[in-house]
Amino acid sequence: MQTRQVDPRDSAPPSANGTPSPARKLTAALVGNPNTGKTTLFNALSGLRQHVGNYPGVTVETKKGQMCCAGRTFDLIDLPGTYSLAPRSPDEMVAVDVILGQQKGEARPDVVVSIVDASNLERNLYLTTQALELGVPVVIALNMIDVAQSQGIRIDIERLSRQFGVPVVSIQANKKKGLEELRAAVAKAATSGPPPRQTPFPEAFEREVAELHRAIGVEVPVFLVRRLVLDVGGWTEQRLAGRLGEDIRVQVQGVRERLTQAGCPVPAIEAKARYGWIREVTAGCIERPAQRPVTWTDRIDRVLTHKVWGTLIFLALMFLVFQAIFTWARPLMNGISDGKEMLANLLRDHLPVGPLTNLLLDGVLEGVGAVVVFLPQILILFAFIAFLEDCGYMARAAFLMDKLMSRCGLSGKSFIPMLSSVACAVPGIMAARVIENRRDRLATILVAPLMSCSARLPVYILLIGAFLSGAGFPWWLPGVVMFSMYALGLVIAPLVALLLKRTLLRGETPVFVMEMPLYKMPSPRLVLRRMFDSGWAFLRRAGTLILASMVVVWALLYFPRGGSPEEQPYDVRIAQLQKEADDLKENGSKDAVEEKEQEINALTAEWKQQSYLGQMGKAIEPVVRPLGWDWKIGMAALASFPAREVVIGTLGIIYSEGQLDTDSITEAENVADTPLARRMKEAKWDADPTRPVYTIPTVLSLMVFFALCCQCASTLAVIKRETRSWRWPVFTFTYMTALAYVGALVVYQVGSLIGG
Amino acid sequence: MPSLDQLRPGQRGRITAIQGEDALMQRLMEMGLFEGEEVEVVSLAPLGDPLEIRLGDYRLSLRRVEAARVQILLLP
Repeated sequence: MQTRQVDPRDSAPPSANGTPSPARKLTAALVGNPNTGKTTLFNALSGLRQHVGNYPGVTVETKKGQMCCAGRTFDLIDLPGTYSLAPRSPDEMVAVDVILGQQKGEARPDVVVSIVDASNLERNLYLTTQALELGVPVVIALNMIDVAQSQGIRIDIERLSRQFGVPVVSIQANKKKGLEELRAAVAKAATSGPPPRQTPFPEAFEREVAELHRAIGVEVPVFLVRRLVLDVGGWTEQRLAGRLGEDIRVQVQGVRERLTQAGCPVPAIEAKARYGWIREVTAGCIERPAQRPVTWTDRIDRVLTHKVWGTLIFLALMFLVFQAIFTWARPLMNGISDGKEMLANLLRDHLPVGPLTNLLLDGVLEGVGAVVVFLPQILILFAFIAFLEDCGYMARAAFLMDKLMSRCGLSGKSFIPMLSSVACAVPGIMAARVIENRRDRLATILVAPLMSCSARLPVYILLIGAFLSGAGFPWWLPGVVMFSMYALGLVIAPLVALLLKRTLLRGETPVFVMEMPLYKMPSPRLVLRRMFDSGWAFLRRAGTLILASMVVVWALLYFPRGGSPEEQPYDVRIAQLQKEADDLKENGSKDAVEEKEQEINALTAEWKQQSYLGQMGKAIEPVVRPLGWDWKIGMAALASFPAREVVIGTLGIIYSEGQLDTDSITEAENVADTPLARRMKEAKWDADPTRPVYTIPTVLSLMVFFALCCQCASTLAVIKRETRSWRWPVFTFTYMTALAYVGALVVYQVGSLIGG
Repeated sequence: MPSLDQLRPGQRGRITAIQGEDALMQRLMEMGLFEGEEVEVVSLAPLGDPLEIRLGDYRLSLRRVEAARVQILLLP
């Protein structure tokens, strides 16, 4: 192995004029492998004030914060965790672009902090050797030195620093040890030059790179020229071919062929050269016990990745996660709903009747409630995810489920997002962040809303309870129908995923080599932080969209509010009736109160039926007629755009039963006896008053529609937020609505044939 | 010569070659799988795929098709 000094001039200085002026703000970038404690270090250095951002065109998030080093403020950028700076996609290119100063709006870092896991030094230093070639001062932060020591590994830090020619600081990020020394080293490094350029590559390789560099122009950093040669079909090649012309590919191919002849085959040469160099340089610095001790991770993995025990423990854990988001979140969600109701009643008593009050109560307050109500599920799910990820179990879960999920073109990492979606697609879609591969993540996000979530439950309960149970039906029918509705999602989702992976999201199979990190005690601080971050991100980015959609639907149901010179608008008349009803309650007969309430409900129904949404329902009747629906069902389906369960409230209004709470259905002892169910049974077609609307085919068609449709503004808002594009929520809504329509059509038509 | 996917849990081997010259090969090598290294299959997932391997101080999960690219010499 040759080690050759390279002219330092071939790598640009960190800033245009060498040493940074004292007034200029300095920037440090944090790079490291996944599972090295990078996030913990970032949090410890930057404190609570962080900013999560995205560069255009990429889906990975980059965190930014500030830290103080020796009296100077640094912008600290936390780059996505990676094993190598060999970009194969725009997502992987971000780290390279930021460090090379090619990311728009981002100053070139003055220092790169390379965090490495001391218990796994060689593999971690691979990335460091790449960072050393970027022409920016590097500081090595040697983390988890305690873990290394417990395994009998001794590291001579001073010698390591001399060998690499860069400062090496031993830290324990989780215990906040060594951070002062690290800050001092960063401050010092920022004003020094880039590290001495030593290359691990053979001379023949460097010569070819230098020649190619001259040929394509010096404005391309030499680091990228090296990547161009090494990464066959990589992102550098694609980008430079786009910028400099396709000829470059031919040129590079020539270089690669010559290198193979010279005994440096690409890409194999890189790993061999780097690992060889690392071993040479660290030879006298690392001392290992002759016999590798049996670690805790060895012992735990014997159980947790065991075919039988591992699977059982996994299933038990998943049951716990599911149970938590399904039932533990319930009291909190009910509390939020109750709080919203109390506030609404309080405001209703004190505000004048009119569009503004109504907007505030039924639009804004309902909307805010609809947003906040997701928080318990999101927080609980992310507490689990952060915990499982931080302790090292997440990789094992993906390992156990990989084969199953690979049958539908996904990987083991899609399992938890899909499972969570059975409770609610919103946290499920957010959980898809754990999937690094962009196409897999998209496929998971796009099919997650097909899983039967808890918002569909009230719809199923109402329809099954009212029309498919009781006298004349076998006792097992309700259970079977309910199960079929869940099974529908479980069957359709993988099929759609497979279809997407074969068409829209087609591409070469990504590499699934995954590290199984050491088990460790999760840090409560990190878990809390991720819970908080995910909740906040949801509120800030998806919340506004959900609120907006609620307000739009509110307006469509509120206007026109009627009113003429002779008559007050509907809401004013209803408020008057309500007041009369309240007065009657205090000193009137029960019958009189009931009569008033019926009057209110009838008037509300009349108002909503003539509203814009009611008019839309009538307009789309020809479209929904083949599904066996009348315009009232069509209108209720339209009104349920913000959330599926809203359909029950809307049906309640249309059938003059007043504003219904979904709980009145889900908690009813006998659903068929609820006033709404009775009204629905009595409902007849407008054109033919002898024919009931809700026949069994119609009921089934309605259920299938709600099983497959995406009537959930929150889901769409979260898809927009996670994919950073309107394209995907529009796509999801379109394909799911089409699927739902076709499903309902088939069910109704076939059902009518059999039944009729 | 056997490939890594043919090993049973508990068996060890020395890598003799990684086949191909694509992104997968590059990734395998970056993760430390290159000739001369010793690997041990630790366990198999429930459906026999993927496999968990140990390489020195760390562990990786590889799918069967990926492990098939790794040529090895069985060690006693």
